[in-house]
Amino acid sequence: MRIMAQVCMVMNLDKCIGCHTCSVTCKQTWTNRPGTEYVYFNNVETKPGLGYPARYEDQEQWKGGWTLDKKGRLALKAGSRLKKLASIFYNPDLPTIEDYHEPYSYDYAHLITAPAGTKAPSVSTRSALTGKEMNPTWGANWEDDLAGAPARALSDPNIVAMADKVKLDFESVFMFYLPRICEHCLNPSCVASCPSGAMYKREEDGIVLVDQDRCRGWRFCVSGCPYKKVYFNHRTGKAEKCTFCFPRIEAGLPTICSETCVGRLRYLGLVLYDADKVLSAAASEDAGDLYEAQLGVFLDPDDPDVAIAAERQGIPHDWLAAARRSPTYALIARHRVALPLHPEYRTMPMVWYIPPLSPVADVTAAAGYDDAKAENVFAAIDALRIPVEYLANLFTAGRVDPVRMALRRLAMVRCVMRAHQLGIHPAVDPAEVGLTENDAEDLFRLLAIARYEDRYVVPPAHAENAGRLLAQHDLSGCSLESEGGPGMGGGGPGGDGVAGFHLRREDAADPSVAGRDGDGRLHLRVAEHPSPGSPGSLGPAGAGGLA
Amino acid sequence: MRGVTGFQLWWWVILPYLALATFVIGHIWRYRYDQFGWTSRSTELQEKKLLKWGSPVFHYGTFAAIAGHVIGILVPERWTSEIGIPEAAYRWFSAGAGTLAAVLIIIGVAILAARRLFVARVRATTSPVDWLALILLAIVIVMGIAETIGVGLLGGGYDYRQSVALWFRGLFAGNPDVRAIAHAPFLYQLHATAAWAVIAVWPFSRLVHAWSAPVGYLWRPFVVYRSRKATRPNEPGTSGRRWRRIGVHY
Repeated sequence: MRIMAQVCMVMNLDKCIGCHTCSVTCKQTWTNRPGTEYVYFNNVETKPGLGYPARYEDQEQWKGGWTLDKKGRLALKAGSRLKKLASIFYNPDLPTIEDYHEPYSYDYAHLITAPAGTKAPSVSTRSALTGKEMNPTWGANWEDDLAGAPARALSDPNIVAMADKVKLDFESVFMFYLPRICEHCLNPSCVASCPSGAMYKREEDGIVLVDQDRCRGWRFCVSGCPYKKVYFNHRTGKAEKCTFCFPRIEAGLPTICSETCVGRLRYLGLVLYDADKVLSAAASEDAGDLYEAQLGVFLDPDDPDVAIAAERQGIPHDWLAAARRSPTYALIARHRVALPLHPEYRTMPMVWYIPPLSPVADVTAAAGYDDAKAENVFAAIDALRIPVEYLANLFTAGRVDPVRMALRRLAMVRCVMRAHQLGIHPAVDPAEVGLTENDAEDLFRLLAIARYEDRYVVPPAHAENAGRLLAQHDLSGCSLESEGGPGMGGGGPGGDGVAGFHLRREDAADPSVAGRDGDGRLHLRVAEHPSPGSPGSLGPAGAGGLA
Repeated sequence: MRGVTGFQLWWWVILPYLALATFVIGHIWRYRYDQFGWTSRSTELQEKKLLKWGSPVFHYGTFAAIAGHVIGILVPERWTSEIGIPEAAYRWFSAGAGTLAAVLIIIGVAILAARRLFVARVRATTSPVDWLALILLAIVIVMGIAETIGVGLLGGGYDYRQSVALWFRGLFAGNPDVRAIAHAPFLYQLHATAAWAVIAVWPFSRLVHAWSAPVGYLWRPFVVYRSRKATRPNEPGTSGRRWRRIGVHY
């Protein structure tokens, strides 16, 4: 047993409202540079739909991920290493910029420089590749909220197999949002595809990164990733990908997409797994078994044998403690309500999803059912707007039973908690779906209350390593590290680096830093100047301010 | 050296050595200073249909041409005649195989040049030093093709192994035969001159990707793990990108 720790994310699709805040904050943080205009480390797709890049899920076309060779061994779907090197001058499986979209901006200067005239000047679209005028015809967000779905959505690779069952007429149309980041797989095919060895998986937390200094732009990682979450920077000629916000994770903070998620649907936590079992699990003969096989790779942090072995193999004690509190392990393995995205790619993805349930409850309510009765809800799960088969094509390689069970458990939590809230005896028994009352309460705490501390259990990287960690990664070029910039050793506001990110408990209690106003809310002394609207109650004078 | 003018000495000895020095020092400098800029600079993302034919044909043709140069220039004529290959036989092989390589390169270069010139997305990615390198490379290729097909195949042939090769090998042995190259046909002189220019520009252009051919991929484990190695922080103010003394290892 070789125990490794993996930072892992779960997204509760029931709560995603498709606001794209995650995409925006991610873009502002990581890809707001020339060359990465079309790059979305995080994007939100409307399902059903083609996704980004278009039809990326069709591996018969793109040849991403792994497959089994004739002898049943794991092999890259794109072909052998020799074949890769032979086709290094032209990668047949690489998407072109049209499959993403030609990046563009607008000729804003024209608004100011246009000569005087009778018409108000308007801006034209300018390609970021050529500077020429262009006409956008596709993009990361082109099919938001089913835009163009009548023409296109039936080409969704998840629908093609069940096209006869899915109708997209107004009465029966369905949709939900699927936020996507890099899966930081246990068996990453992008890393395996990189000829230069520039991509790697970090031993400590499993984050998959590209070493910008060693990347030679051979672009096989882009085609090797079945989720198409490695992108080619067209300015630098190097691959870039979601970093899982490693500087924040190392500081014990959630990723920026999680931190800013309006729906609070993201969960971060550690999952311990047995690295020795990954390959055999990924080589399961039947793709439908891959979900169960991956669960079999995970280790229970509460198991004393696991705990002893983990400590012996150098997993820090606080990381083990964090693994026990991990919301992602609870949702994935303990309660089994979260499912992997496309396990059939055999990469063992580590961003999992709780399938959307809401329309079920809505349909039953509309039909005059009482959703307090579990059997009504269960019956409706098979008749819900989002076909279970569609979810199964996304999350379990076509097996409907795990999806159905996850949805039933979610429905059960609602029934049980509704009864609790109303002070009545629940008419249903959680054991029907393999839950105890405690499980239901725990799921309620995680999914409905969803406090910050419960959603994000991220143990900081070990402080004794912090300086070296930064040193290893600053070659990838922090934009703040220009000479004299804020990254040049200055701690920024607060002057104490990581701790300055968050309001510390002792600071919150210090009236010179923060104070409670008449409205009972906590106010921070953010500026040292008086303004007419802010009374002195911001905090008594203490640090030489004018409050 | 008797019978050698100052210009010939400058052109066929000093300049080549300067180019060679630039090549070596430039590569060391670039490798240490600019790992981030060291890339194949692929434009397949921007354009794929032309690249599909142009790039493999050009690269494989180039490999054939490089092999031909090794046989024709680096291997002395004495060696081939000692193992019983007459000059005529060598010349026919050289013209035949060389023509095959030349045809591949012509097709590849035509497609790639058209792509770089007329596909706006590709043209936009080309830096000035890359333009320089590509133009020099084009001169080398066109001259090489003219020699192989025009002289070797269709013309009367020219035994460059008695002239150009002696001078070239002499450069590495420390006694280049200037008279041999100085009296070679102009075509061969231009070819050699442009080649030295390419060598000098090489470390500063995208051509450096040739040294990163990822052969190690064939043996390496599929999934690479890296742990947080203890590395020293950069010198303050350098952002890790400044020239440092060679041999000081952080």
